[in-house]
Amino acid sequence: MFKSSCLLIISCSEKVKQKIGEYRMGESHDSVKSKRIVFVTVGTTCFDSLVRAVDTQESTGEDGSLSVDYFTFSSSIAEYLKSASLVISHAGSGSIFETLRLKKPLIVVVNEDLMDNHQSELAEELAERNHLFCVFPQTLYQTISGMDLGSLVAYQPGDATPVANFINRFLGFNDE
Amino acid sequence: MDNRYSCFFSDMGFLNVAISFIIGISTLIMIRIFYVVYRSSKPLYSRPPGTLSTLIILGSGGHTAEMINLLAVMQMDRFKPRYYIAAATDNMSLQKARVLEDSLPDKAEVELVGTSQFMQIYRSREVGQSYVTSVGTTLIALSHALWLMIKIRPQVILCNGPGTCVPLCVIAFVFKVLGIRWSSIFYVESIARVRRLSLSGLLLYKLRMADQLFVQWPQLKSKYPRANYVGLFQVANFRLYWTSEETEVANHRIFQIKYD
Repeated sequence: MFKSSCLLIISCSEKVKQKIGEYRMGESHDSVKSKRIVFVTVGTTCFDSLVRAVDTQESTGEDGSLSVDYFTFSSSIAEYLKSASLVISHAGSGSIFETLRLKKPLIVVVNEDLMDNHQSELAEELAERNHLFCVFPQTLYQTISGMDLGSLVAYQPGDATPVANFINRFLGFNDE
Repeated sequence: MDNRYSCFFSDMGFLNVAISFIIGISTLIMIRIFYVVYRSSKPLYSRPPGTLSTLIILGSGGHTAEMINLLAVMQMDRFKPRYYIAAATDNMSLQKARVLEDSLPDKAEVELVGTSQFMQIYRSREVGQSYVTSVGTTLIALSHALWLMIKIRPQVILCNGPGTCVPLCVIAFVFKVLGIRWSSIFYVESIARVRRLSLSGLLLYKLRMADQLFVQWPQLKSKYPRANYVGLFQVANFRLYWTSEETEVANHRIFQIKYD
């Protein structure tokens, strides 16, 4: 699924990391820059099915030449996002918008195990507007094989000013 | 003559008088509530007021980020003194609020006059807490909310969804009915809510406790006509270094890759 020139960085739960066993470090730092990076994040949730879908034998190449790095928590993922050429994320609105703001190609994976999955509404709506791809863990592989990143439309960040103006007018502050 | 009247009262008994009294008071309160709801939906002042004391209710993660986005485009000199309330177990939200406050141009004034205060409130129920103990903790949380509201008595309340906002807004509404303080309550539904309102939003909408409720998707506007549709505004240009990942796990190992 991913070419061997990719570096796969996965943020996942401690439990999953231990289950998978040793972490396979990337090669020396010099070669890191020449690799394309796919960043996979599950936010602060437990989304083991995504990690399993990504970290399969077929996705990492038979010869294990794909470099994979794991971490459980980072106070800011902005740096990882900036250096990624593709982001695969859970459906959290924070992760989604942080990625869209950096104009990175984004695949959102919906976690069916979550109760009251209102998050998927946002992912589906943005997918309908062609800002990202929205999939389930089982369909991740097919989507990546067949996707056309050129069909994605950039997301224009909005602005909170209309709300502020409304509040001001409501309270009697007249600006005009 | 006197005899007849005194007979009347002793026949009626104290109980009936009490019932009439209760019915009378209840009617007055109902009328007052209708008036409060009606008046709340209309713009408040005809002339620009001075400064308004403002309570900002922060929730975890995305809620705080969206609130910071909104605060970044509001004129802070109109909304002071500012009080921030976050849940007692939420450590990052107040930090982010402090970062925002530090970045404001009139920072010197903030320190001197102390126009911002940061407070924490007890949560009604932590994730995974048993429902039996939740009754107790909810009562504690409600009393704490009441105590904070009595101290603050804000004129403006800004909130966007976390469970902590419902008790505070209900108390603010009660204050309005009782004439203790008139607060304008503004509720902004999260951008993550596309087709349904969150529970907090639904409660405040149905009970008509929020003066104005804002939604960010047109689907919600058609479903809830009294809401105001303001378009999507997640991610303003404000350069605040916030995180989309926060965890309450005590042990976490940070494994960072350094790029040169």
